[in-house]
Amino acid sequence: MRVGLFVTCLVDLMRPSIGFAALKLLEDAGCEVVVPATQTCCGQPGWNSGDRRSARELAEKLIAEFEDCPHVVVPSGSCAGMLRVHFPEVFAGEPGMRARAERLGARTYELTEFLTKVAHRPKVSASFEGTATYHDSCSGLRELGVKAGPRQLLARVSGLKLVEMQECETCCGFGGTFSIKYGEISAEMAERKCAHIAASGAQAVVLGDLGCMLNIEGRLRRRGDTKTRVLHVAEVLAGES
Amino acid sequence: MRAQSMHFKPRAAAALGNPTLQSNLEKFNSTGFTALRAKAVAEFGPELFEKLRGEGAAIRDRALANLDAWIERFESEAARRGATVLFAETRDEACELLLDIGRRHGVKKVIKSKSMLSEEAGVNEALEAAGVTPVETDLGEYILQLAGEPPSHIIAPALHKNKGEVADLFESRHGTPRKTDIPLMTREARDVLRGHFLSADLGLSGGNFLIAESGSGVIVTNEGNGRMVTTLPRVHVCLTGIEKVIPTLEDFSTLLRLLTRSATGQPISNYVSMFTGPRGAPDRDGPENMYFILVDAGRTSLVGGKMQEMLRCIRCGACMNHCPVYRAVGGHSYGWVYPGPMGSVLTPSYIGLENALDLPHAATLCGACSVACPVKIPLPELLRELREQQVDRGLRPGREIAAIRLWSWTAQHPRLYALATAVVARCLRLLGGRRGLIRRLPFGSGWTQGRFFPAPKSGRTFRALYAARPRKR
Repeated sequence: MRVGLFVTCLVDLMRPSIGFAALKLLEDAGCEVVVPATQTCCGQPGWNSGDRRSARELAEKLIAEFEDCPHVVVPSGSCAGMLRVHFPEVFAGEPGMRARAERLGARTYELTEFLTKVAHRPKVSASFEGTATYHDSCSGLRELGVKAGPRQLLARVSGLKLVEMQECETCCGFGGTFSIKYGEISAEMAERKCAHIAASGAQAVVLGDLGCMLNIEGRLRRRGDTKTRVLHVAEVLAGES
Repeated sequence: MRAQSMHFKPRAAAALGNPTLQSNLEKFNSTGFTALRAKAVAEFGPELFEKLRGEGAAIRDRALANLDAWIERFESEAARRGATVLFAETRDEACELLLDIGRRHGVKKVIKSKSMLSEEAGVNEALEAAGVTPVETDLGEYILQLAGEPPSHIIAPALHKNKGEVADLFESRHGTPRKTDIPLMTREARDVLRGHFLSADLGLSGGNFLIAESGSGVIVTNEGNGRMVTTLPRVHVCLTGIEKVIPTLEDFSTLLRLLTRSATGQPISNYVSMFTGPRGAPDRDGPENMYFILVDAGRTSLVGGKMQEMLRCIRCGACMNHCPVYRAVGGHSYGWVYPGPMGSVLTPSYIGLENALDLPHAATLCGACSVACPVKIPLPELLRELREQQVDRGLRPGREIAAIRLWSWTAQHPRLYALATAVVARCLRLLGGRRGLIRRLPFGSGWTQGRFFPAPKSGRTFRALYAARPRKR
């Protein structure tokens, strides 16, 4: 099964290990993984800022790069949501491009979604000693319906005990440029998330979006928590945590 | 109501720094409407409720698709039953029409049940200026009238105040000994209001729905004051938006099931009052004269456009109850009548994009609002659309647009992008120091004022590492 891996700009820049973990998981699941060398950003910053032109140009570039991949996998609910849900909206009024966007969107998956719904029962050989809690990132949860998948996969990690925190589905306050433009509100939302993480008693918070990871880790460390680990679900599943 | 929506940022900052408000909000967040709604949906059956949401959206769309025809039908049915239907294009016109009615009937005192449109139009100020006394009779609105404050939530207007604050207010304004027992406080307010109910000349209500086939207005309430407002005085005026019209009583029953569950988690509210014309020959009570003032004030400008879905709104408040931004900063931060996600769409739509620049951006687009909305309004999409309209009209700061376009342009040139990201990754890694945490982010102080910024772990990009990886075999 040939799979195109879109690592996302944040993973590329901030945490390449997540990209390699995703690569390993896909290869372990028997996929032939293609990583287009020219890939950059899905255009979400432009789209969410109201600059359709920027978003359109990057969407067109990405569609061309991944058009010959039977599946596209993204280790981010937010970027996968951009491809699947928003690319067709970006090309409103351009039937030809819109159709191409819809075809790409229909075969685009968030990583855990792909592993649980498309890959044929991938083996999870990782181990993790301790308790972890899962934060449902907004776009993955509400745009793509990613909820049970990551939990099913984490349940197969030996030694990992999953505990649910209160309000695991509430936004952490990241929101892309929101986190800088409305830093005070964003930090308060992150603080509430961190309080729920702390109250869960988990040793690690696991999630599927790097933006939320940076936000949560940044707030945890600022409030003096140097212990609680913030891990991408791909890192945990690949045994690289 | 004078808009303060251009001052969202300082107002939100003040709200975050107000410990009393924060503790009042915390109480609302932890014990309030979201938990009650969740319980009601679970009892109703989540799948069935989903189906009902779809039906609710379809009913509202059907009404909006032929809004003019349904309004005409409403008008003729209401007139046939003896009510007078008046139309106001603007908020000021709505006040004028109300004052006209007041003059015609020699009105000195108006008792009011909750009407958000009366907040929009500044009805109380207009009445006072004309020498007419308005008295709010919804307990929350009554408290706010005493305090001289605007509502901070569309169905729980005084949720930003706690018991102690209300006790102080009652003590000073009623001139009675301070009480902190809620039933006693409520009784005291009832005692004060009872006299007003009996002496008022005109009752002013809002309207949750207007039913075209019967010419009825409906209010959905919990306190019983609405029933007195609509039946005791000689004149009843229902003031509401023209978009509230729905075709049939059957439609109303569907929307009512959605409204109360979404708002307060109740299967049905304590009172559902339907008014169809004034007192008739066999009736022993009810108003002698009944008017509807149906206000446009920007609504029809949304029909047929990209914001039309917003007109589906049935004013339940679920979007704000579930909004993490509203839950952090409260309703007054938004600066006009409607707070939270629905307000962030309505305020710029009704009073001008340029008068509420922050509102469409003060959201993470997390989607908690749209999944709770009983009529499936795609609020995040509408907020994003408003952001696009701001860009198209040149209303965003030049620096912001330049930054976005520089990023996008760089990202379209993979080689340049590789070079730029390699430099940035290395710099961020250096800035992170030994602990890998950046305390002050250049160009990102908004982030680092409340958080550290975790630095990249490797200082090299994925693409560079991937290109340099050892090949298998």
